Amino acid sequence: MSGASASRREDGAGAGPLRTTLLFLFVFGLIVGTGLVQSWNTALVILGMGLVSAIMALGVNLQWGFAGLFNVGIMGFAALGGLAAVLIAMPPTPGAFSAGGPRVLIALSIGAATVIAAIAVWRRLSPGWLRGLAVFVLLLIGAVVFRRVFDPGVASIEAVNPAGTGYLGGLGLPVLLAWPVGGLLAAGAAWLIGKTALGLRSDYLAIATLGISEIVIAVLKNEDWLSRGVKNVVGIPRPVPYEIDLQRDPAFIERATGYGLDPVTASTLTVKLLYAGLFAVVLVILLVFAQRALHSPWGRMMRAIRDNETAAAAMGKDVTARHLQVFVLGSMICGIAGAMLTTLDGQLTPGSYQPLRFTFLIWIMVIVGGSGNNFGAVLGGFLIWWLWVQVEPMGLWLMQFITSGMADGSALKAHLLAGAAHMRLMTMGAILLVVLRFSPRGLLPGR
Amino acid sequence: MGEDGSSVELLNALIVFMNFVGIPAITYGSQLALGALGLTLVYGILRFSNFAHGDTMAFGAMVTILFTWGLQALGISFGPLPTALLALPFGIAVTAVWLLATDRVIYRFYRRQRAVPVIYLIASAGVMFVTNGLVRFIIGPGDQRFSDGERFIISVREFKAMTGLPEGLAIKTTQGLTVVTAIVVVTLLFWFLNRTRTGKSMRAYSDNEDLALLSGIDPERVVMVTWLIVAALATIAGTLYGLDKTFKPFVYFQLLLPMFAAAVIGGLGSPLGAIVGGFVIAFAEVIITYAWKKVLTYALPEAWEPSGLMQLLSTDYKFAVSFALLVVVLLFKPTGLFKGQSL
Repeated sequence: MSGASASRREDGAGAGPLRTTLLFLFVFGLIVGTGLVQSWNTALVILGMGLVSAIMALGVNLQWGFAGLFNVGIMGFAALGGLAAVLIAMPPTPGAFSAGGPRVLIALSIGAATVIAAIAVWRRLSPGWLRGLAVFVLLLIGAVVFRRVFDPGVASIEAVNPAGTGYLGGLGLPVLLAWPVGGLLAAGAAWLIGKTALGLRSDYLAIATLGISEIVIAVLKNEDWLSRGVKNVVGIPRPVPYEIDLQRDPAFIERATGYGLDPVTASTLTVKLLYAGLFAVVLVILLVFAQRALHSPWGRMMRAIRDNETAAAAMGKDVTARHLQVFVLGSMICGIAGAMLTTLDGQLTPGSYQPLRFTFLIWIMVIVGGSGNNFGAVLGGFLIWWLWVQVEPMGLWLMQFITSGMADGSALKAHLLAGAAHMRLMTMGAILLVVLRFSPRGLLPGR
Repeated sequence: MGEDGSSVELLNALIVFMNFVGIPAITYGSQLALGALGLTLVYGILRFSNFAHGDTMAFGAMVTILFTWGLQALGISFGPLPTALLALPFGIAVTAVWLLATDRVIYRFYRRQRAVPVIYLIASAGVMFVTNGLVRFIIGPGDQRFSDGERFIISVREFKAMTGLPEGLAIKTTQGLTVVTAIVVVTLLFWFLNRTRTGKSMRAYSDNEDLALLSGIDPERVVMVTWLIVAALATIAGTLYGLDKTFKPFVYFQLLLPMFAAAVIGGLGSPLGAIVGGFVIAFAEVIITYAWKKVLTYALPEAWEPSGLMQLLSTDYKFAVSFALLVVVLLFKPTGLFKGQSL
């Protein structure tokens, strides 16, 4: 196609519209094929998650494709979005805030004040060992006071109906509001990280983001007063109707039978379609923004910085500030997608956040789809998600085929069949390596 | 308490401190230092942050475990020491083959292209997954126990009988072994880097690639030797960690953050820095997540005795400690304590 000549063109995507359309039709065909061969339910599950993945890929593409920043903390930003869904949409726990809420808030302000005071002391005093000691002592005292105030507050919050709630609960607002809020939470975390690690060697951003994502997950797993930790928050209110209500609705049953579907199947399909519709709206909005950004003077500046930082700096561009900007924006999109994901699941389960699934899979989507091309990222999101879902049954078939000749009950056969679940890791790693080596610009090359 | 005078009290405090902070931190620090050395060598020679390093450690430990089981099945043991020590050379050899294969198939291509570091980084993430998948596929995702031999050098009971003190001190065989092995390995490594021709050529290559090439150093040979050393370091570190704590594939991915933090704190590319960084991280982690109540009860006068646990941070947040140290170093001294990027 026009991929090779694209670099000469003034504007427009690197891949031609024909190639883009054909590849999107292909992925569409994969999903429809899943519906025909397996079930429409599976196909719609893949579609919903594919949409969320595509949004995350869009955010990562902003960072990597536009600016060449390597973010290894996507999981953490997505988890912050998930936290927003709990904090916004869950009903407040009766009595929990009065039990220990003010105490926790005071403790948190003490913690923040300690850090600010430490920074102030560091700036005021002249360099030397005395300054280090002063800051250390200040931090130590602050930490001890913090724990003294914090722990009883947490204990009394967690004592409120521990089996059912045992946490502060949320604000009880519509869950759709959690999507932008999740984006803001992620943006705030990204700003802190970016301030620290940007402007240094590129590896440092990777290591720092790896750290922050591990810490976000640790907080979600252990701060029971905030989001119940590993006890999980379930039953997050939905933006769409419940299946059971649809099945009771006579008008819905009538329409379902009109299409020749039984009401139960029809209700699950309807709910999934509604989710897909909501997600598609968000995806389209973000895609329009990303496309406009790509073709704006700002986008050209970002690409100029990506391709040659020294030259861009010589032209008077503040490279670090622009990197910070695009890093925060991209992380914000990951946070929005994380909130959407938790909304779709209806629950926040900190144990399910794994770096493979939430960080590196998104990377594979962007690289396979085509870094620097928004449509490529979206395409990669759908395609790799489809693969991710299908690799496991495929691995199992493969193993069953390999072991079909072996005697039943043999240890090797059992081992190979049990190992099939780990085929995903190897397949995804192999895909990443092969694409990076043989087609580093991806399916839909950017500019 | 208090009747025997304050010197016994202080002695008790010291023993509790050593038992729960000193010895565990020295052991953990040795393991981190060996891991961080591998990272820093790859950074110095191949110039990228190797995200696959944690899983290389898991791979090396896995191969060692498989050979250990084989030796145990043959009835071969190492007396009071773990059989795993005998299996280590096999583990190192297989890991070296695996690393050289990944270099041949993956990294060499980017070296010839003179790709930017971040491309290597992404490739190493791919290698990480393939390695991790392989480990889980072969040995499974669960815990594996493979330590045998004597469990303790000194057990709490023996120590109490020996000294007559109320507080006991235990040194596990694996802890003693870790420290001794780390000292031997580090001595050998520094002797190699400073005294041998190959080691000197590695340092030259790390300092100034062009100048090294000009003086006739074969880069492919330097890279090969580096991978061999990294295989040895990773396998030893992984096996020691598995012996001391437990072998579980996922744990090694989580070690990546403290190891990176150690290498960055010491200065990426500086072997001495990696060792110092490893101990800084280990001590900080243990000190901040340890509940100081018992030590302080002994060490302070009765009137000052603490009521709470005196724990600054719950152990669930030990990663936060490495991260906080990493951030502090990035903010104030991005080149690390030992001026990174010179071997």
